[in-house]
Amino acid sequence: MTTASAYMSVEQMIPILVSTLVAATPLIYAALGELVVERSGVLNLGVEGMMLIGALAAFAVGVSSGTLLLGYLAAMAAAALLSLVFAFLTLTLQANQVATGLALTLFGIGLSAFVGRHFAGLPIHAMRPLVIPWLSELPGVGALFRLDLLVYGSIVLYLAVDWFLRRTRAGLLLRAVGESPTVAHSLGHPVIRIRYLAVMFGGATSGIAGAYLSTALTPMWVEGMSAGRGWIALALVVFATWKPLRVLLGAYLFGAVTVLQLYAQGFGLNVPSEMLSMLPYAATIVVLVIICRDPTTIRLNQPASLGKSFHPDA
Amino acid sequence: MIESVSGTGPRLVLRGIVKRYPTIVANDGIDLTVGVGEIHAVLGENGAGKSTLMKIVYGLTRPDEGSIEWEGRPVAISSPAAARQLGIGMVFQHFSLFETLTVTENISLALDAEIEPAALASCIRDVSRRYGLPVEPHRLVHGMSVGERQRVEIVRCLLQSPRLLIMDEPTSVLTPQSVLKLFETLRRLAGEGVSILYISHKLDEIRALCDVATVLRGGKVSGTVQPRSETKDSLARLMVGSEIEPCQLRPRQPGPVRLELTGLSMASEDPFGTSLQAIDLRVREGEIVGIAGVSGNGQAELLAALSGELQVADRGQIRICGQAAGNLGPAQRRELGLTFVPEERLGRGAVPAMSLAHNAVLTGAHFGMVRGGLVRNGAAREFARATIAEFQVRGGDERSAAENLSGGNLQKFIVGRETKLAPKVMLVAQPTWGVDVGAAQMIRQALLDLRDRGVALLVVSEELDELFMICDRIAVLARGRLSPPVSTAELTLESVGALMSGGANDAPADDASPGPGGREAKARLDV
Repeated sequence: MTTASAYMSVEQMIPILVSTLVAATPLIYAALGELVVERSGVLNLGVEGMMLIGALAAFAVGVSSGTLLLGYLAAMAAAALLSLVFAFLTLTLQANQVATGLALTLFGIGLSAFVGRHFAGLPIHAMRPLVIPWLSELPGVGALFRLDLLVYGSIVLYLAVDWFLRRTRAGLLLRAVGESPTVAHSLGHPVIRIRYLAVMFGGATSGIAGAYLSTALTPMWVEGMSAGRGWIALALVVFATWKPLRVLLGAYLFGAVTVLQLYAQGFGLNVPSEMLSMLPYAATIVVLVIICRDPTTIRLNQPASLGKSFHPDA
Repeated sequence: MIESVSGTGPRLVLRGIVKRYPTIVANDGIDLTVGVGEIHAVLGENGAGKSTLMKIVYGLTRPDEGSIEWEGRPVAISSPAAARQLGIGMVFQHFSLFETLTVTENISLALDAEIEPAALASCIRDVSRRYGLPVEPHRLVHGMSVGERQRVEIVRCLLQSPRLLIMDEPTSVLTPQSVLKLFETLRRLAGEGVSILYISHKLDEIRALCDVATVLRGGKVSGTVQPRSETKDSLARLMVGSEIEPCQLRPRQPGPVRLELTGLSMASEDPFGTSLQAIDLRVREGEIVGIAGVSGNGQAELLAALSGELQVADRGQIRICGQAAGNLGPAQRRELGLTFVPEERLGRGAVPAMSLAHNAVLTGAHFGMVRGGLVRNGAAREFARATIAEFQVRGGDERSAAENLSGGNLQKFIVGRETKLAPKVMLVAQPTWGVDVGAAQMIRQALLDLRDRGVALLVVSEELDELFMICDRIAVLARGRLSPPVSTAELTLESVGALMSGGANDAPADDASPGPGGREAKARLDV
């Protein structure tokens, strides 16, 4: 490692950094959305399914209409619609959130595979990078300013979620609902409506995450192309102890290890490639588990009502 | 004209309020009138319909029949927000605060208008200074004592400038000194014209504080009286409907030590829990030792350490009948002769979905209910039937699921079950919490009978009256430290209260330190 880094110049570092940012982007969208959902006290395990539906919707609409913007809108709408089904089942009909979320993932995987057969192998024009004038012409670091709009968007989303949760009254209300829906209800706040909105926000961002996979990261449709990223997003939220900044850093860690293990495979390390492919998942979880051992942080940030049904009349 | 009507007429009038639930009629034609600046007690046993009535007034639930008049106008209170709009505030029995938020955040969530946090914090400071309710706006709620939490709740209500304040069992979690402070605040509010609905089952408090009392029994009004001209007994008769036999603590010479704690220390696993610090205690055969104190001062940790749910490293710190037991699990400790009535009836004392007979097997397996690894259902049913008959458990038989019994009846069953296992040492947590007066009396008598049969009993309770009734000696648990037990005859409510707020320890008392006002106000309580 020391010898490798000794030879690594800035010119080599920048591409790695760029790939890291890109690889982390879908995770950031999915995990920040799920963070908002969980902060309201709802556990939606359907992220993987919603990402796949979003990926397919964006690809299908993008290919048919030739406009990626329409594809993204379709991805958000489709995934939000799926999350609306989840919200109806768990919030209105009081179904078990874990079971319903798992069903949602299975449904999303199956439906996207079924509908997606017609789109496999079709070409799509990948998203064009947003070139920031002047900055992008800087030597070396310029590459950081020639990325997709959605990479910058992910950072904006992080800032917005953090500001929303910390500074706004609506964010305070959301956290309060996740902490104790009974108390929030007794103070006269619309618990169910707030949770509906949170779940649909999470659905929409999962849709964007999926869309990014099929239109930017690997511009094509492949069955099951989210490859467990929805589950990693869920794990990120938990191990980041429901803090947006930690979600962001966890996603970058995942992205960095993903890129580095590709380089390692390229160098022809004598390690089975399956082991290396596993590395980002293992490393992210191990690091986050070590960070989040402090029980006080967990108690203060974990939504106390997470995963529990709430009935206003009980 | 209108002003004079609202100035002289009653603030709130309830007429013929009826609320039916699937199994019971919680309120059955209740009439209630609250005047301006009046402190009005609503008195009744658990299950008499007090809480339902207050939920109706605060808009949490709607009445099936009846009408509500607010300052002379008929109103329908459809939600808590509507109640607040009218000027009704409520301080809940189980605090409705968000643990992980700060005081300011908690209060802002209850206000309809959005106020800048800094401005709100200074409003909070103003109100807390004006009414003598010290509250620090920027602190998180989770680290606060129950007294502080209640002050936050009251300040939250006062910021909405209510004209009617509902206090639901406000003193159940307070030390006697904090109770007196609360009374001063309430009297000042009443003096400013705020009407107060004061829900309680504590007769002394109502006689000391309230102008009028409406007594509820079984969902109906059993009397509207002036508590100051009533006696404690006459109020109790209205509340219960019959005379209550006081229990008898017969003098008895205690025998050898059965339960011995020597320097018991344990760090709490819960970050918001309390660590136990060098607890020394001896409980002898044929005596009841009471542990007083406000919950959250190490009660949960002490009970877990004693029952065996948590084990201590130094096994000699706990001795049961002479045997070092600190490292034993609950089942092994039971074999030494320990039985345990936990505070949480459902989930700890009994498995909610299982029948009473099967719940009996869980702790009575060695009592002939399991043989060769197989459950003997006949023996279990017989045991449960005997317990039900002996302890007058109503509302179910041995096949009923534990969760279908009322709290009081389930508690009678659990106490009965643990009693019938021939204990040498018995731990009881909050024996009569949420239990009506009749059942409470029966449970206390059962504990006294055990004492007279030579069992060593340790009772942890927040109800000081109860501890004074049944205990030979009382110790106080405050901030994880236990005061040396003192003979009950040598104690007063006030001296126990001082220990409860941490007065005897070096730790600073943030909650109701017994100031000079305490004694003065105590005299008023004794009227």
